[in-house]
Amino acid sequence: MDRVLLAHGGGGSLTKQLIRGMVVSRFGNPALAPLSDSALLELPPGKTAFTTDSYVVKPLRFRGGDIGRLAVSGTVNDLAMAGAKPLYISLALILEEGLPLDDLAAILDSAKATAGEAGVTVVCGDTKAVERGAADGLFINTSGIGVIPEGVSVAMERAAPGDAVLINGPIGDHGVAILSAREGLSVAMERAAPGDAVLINGPIGDHGVAILSAREGLSFETPVSSDVAPLNGLVVAILAAGGEAIHALRDPTRGGLGMVACEVAEACCHDIELDEAEIPVRPEVRGACDLLGLDPLYVANEGKLVVVCAEGVASAVLTAMRAHPLGRSAAPIGRVLEGAKGRVTLRTAIGGRRVVDPPYGEQLPRIC
Amino acid sequence: MNSDPQARGSRLAARGFVPELLRLIAERAARLAPRAVRFMEVCGTHTMAMFRSGIRAMLPPNVRLLSGPGCPVCVTPMGMVDAAIEIARRPGVCLATFGDMVRVPGSRTSLERAKAEGADVQMVYSPLDALKLAEAEPGRTVVFFAIGFETTTPAVAATVAYARDRGLRNMLFLAANKVIPPAMEAILAGGEVKLDGFLCPGHVSVITGSAIYEPLAAKYHAPCVVTGFEAEDILEGIAMLLLQVVEAAPKVEIQYKRWVHREGNAKARERVAEVFRPCDAAWRGLGTIPMSGLELRPELRGHDALQVLGIQVPPELENPGCSCGEVLRGLIEPPECSLFASRCTPATPVGPCMVSTEGSCAAYYKYGER
Repeated sequence: MDRVLLAHGGGGSLTKQLIRGMVVSRFGNPALAPLSDSALLELPPGKTAFTTDSYVVKPLRFRGGDIGRLAVSGTVNDLAMAGAKPLYISLALILEEGLPLDDLAAILDSAKATAGEAGVTVVCGDTKAVERGAADGLFINTSGIGVIPEGVSVAMERAAPGDAVLINGPIGDHGVAILSAREGLSVAMERAAPGDAVLINGPIGDHGVAILSAREGLSFETPVSSDVAPLNGLVVAILAAGGEAIHALRDPTRGGLGMVACEVAEACCHDIELDEAEIPVRPEVRGACDLLGLDPLYVANEGKLVVVCAEGVASAVLTAMRAHPLGRSAAPIGRVLEGAKGRVTLRTAIGGRRVVDPPYGEQLPRIC
Repeated sequence: MNSDPQARGSRLAARGFVPELLRLIAERAARLAPRAVRFMEVCGTHTMAMFRSGIRAMLPPNVRLLSGPGCPVCVTPMGMVDAAIEIARRPGVCLATFGDMVRVPGSRTSLERAKAEGADVQMVYSPLDALKLAEAEPGRTVVFFAIGFETTTPAVAATVAYARDRGLRNMLFLAANKVIPPAMEAILAGGEVKLDGFLCPGHVSVITGSAIYEPLAAKYHAPCVVTGFEAEDILEGIAMLLLQVVEAAPKVEIQYKRWVHREGNAKARERVAEVFRPCDAAWRGLGTIPMSGLELRPELRGHDALQVLGIQVPPELENPGCSCGEVLRGLIEPPECSLFASRCTPATPVGPCMVSTEGSCAAYYKYGER
């Protein structure tokens, strides 16, 4: 099996071979083809949005996606949340010596397919190789440029009392999919010998859970797929339905819905109330979170967005979201209230209330 | 995927019971008024679940819930953390443990900081992950810093047995595992806090069985209800405790019948007994409680990190001003500690109750009104 060698990042002929054979062959386009120091771009009129993000997810491939799809979607989504139409992205690869070239090819195929889905062009890039142990297989950085059309103005500060808060589907899928792809989840199941009367599944931490009787052959295989997807198409539909009444758009990635709600409340200086009974969570995500002691509110998403819009357009926006493949189970999950504290509360499913605070660290390591 | 109809409001089906349970609680509390009753939720998972669903604020004013010693991170003595740090700093030794334990402050530093300074510390979700490390690198000594109660210990025991059976001499254990009932008895016997009953831990009881609490009910007349972790479970458990108080008939009852029965899981207990034996153990905040800890059996001393590496566990100290001990004994609520939310926050924890996701201080900080 061919693998990444240090020389692949050396800038010599092996580097050229890698770039031509694996990158240009996939992403080739007039801006990228000259492989000169800078790509030269024409931008349509309007304000330019520019963003960058690095991706270090472990493992590189997981149910529902891989680091390639994630790296393209993440940057596209950051542009889309600013109301911009994403146009161009860069793709920089940091390769660990020893990475199988077949894995790299599969990830680049996935990045290419995602770029096609999002309608963005990869116009520049970079390739470095570092010695074994200095990276974890593959790190990717993508930057993106988009243009904000006339009449679009989305910003967290615009959220106003009375606004509806909407989400395009169930939360927590990405975080749980990554967690189940990482080593801890089903290891004990594999270890159990036939005939064992007691099965203990892996992820227990101090959460004090998870001793399952094997009598009924219980296992803990989460069928959850990451929701990673480019959301710019959905944003176009939302802006078409709500126009200027769309006040804010956010994608609840690391930190989850809870973090994003807190950021919007803080930025607009009003309180937000979320309604737990309305927040979509898949039963299997809920189950995994219960088992692991996680709160789905803070679990990562990579294909979700939160819309804050005037109440008057909320139902038209919801209809538009539900008509889009990435918004089928869109739901109204809360509203912006009068109140200057910038605080988020959750009406719990049983009718109680609690404060939603920003998370103080990550619930899980290296999810994006 | 996004059109999954079950995803939306998936728990509402069972919510129909909540108004009825709240009515029962209100009615029973009213029969006791003006007497105030205090129940202890022993388990950290209960503490967190109650905050998440907002239950505390929904109870009648004369029903109070106190958090107990059931957070394994919180009750692990600081000396064990110091010992773990010393182990992690040994050349060629890797210390593996659960995520929360990594952030707990020892007397001078934490595993997290020691790691940043070059100590070999690995966060794992399961003891079996530590085992994988040991199998993959026979030349590296892997020490699993084991904490946890009856629920977690069988997994550790299975790992010890596996290491023994495969002759993995580089797989060692720093065992700080504990058992819950002696701590409950210590709180009752200490008499510092007057309790009207226990919400007994559901997951622990899957293993122990509910019979383990019968001596407490008999000797201290303490109502005990083994309770599950959904909001309805907890409300029902509280309603059952109130009825026992109203009827002055303390006994052990099981609310969490879908998993717990009187006898528990004998097979899991056998697995534990095969590798561990009871010993006196220090609990943070509670002091040393007889026969409340577990140590590796003498024939397994080859897997005992303290023995193999010749490490002494330093005597107990507390960080000055930290009131985790009082919190763990139910004497004060976290906001009564002078460090709470000022010097001690989840980002800069002074005591373990602020570190663990199941610690009372972290729960009050995260979900409470401040």
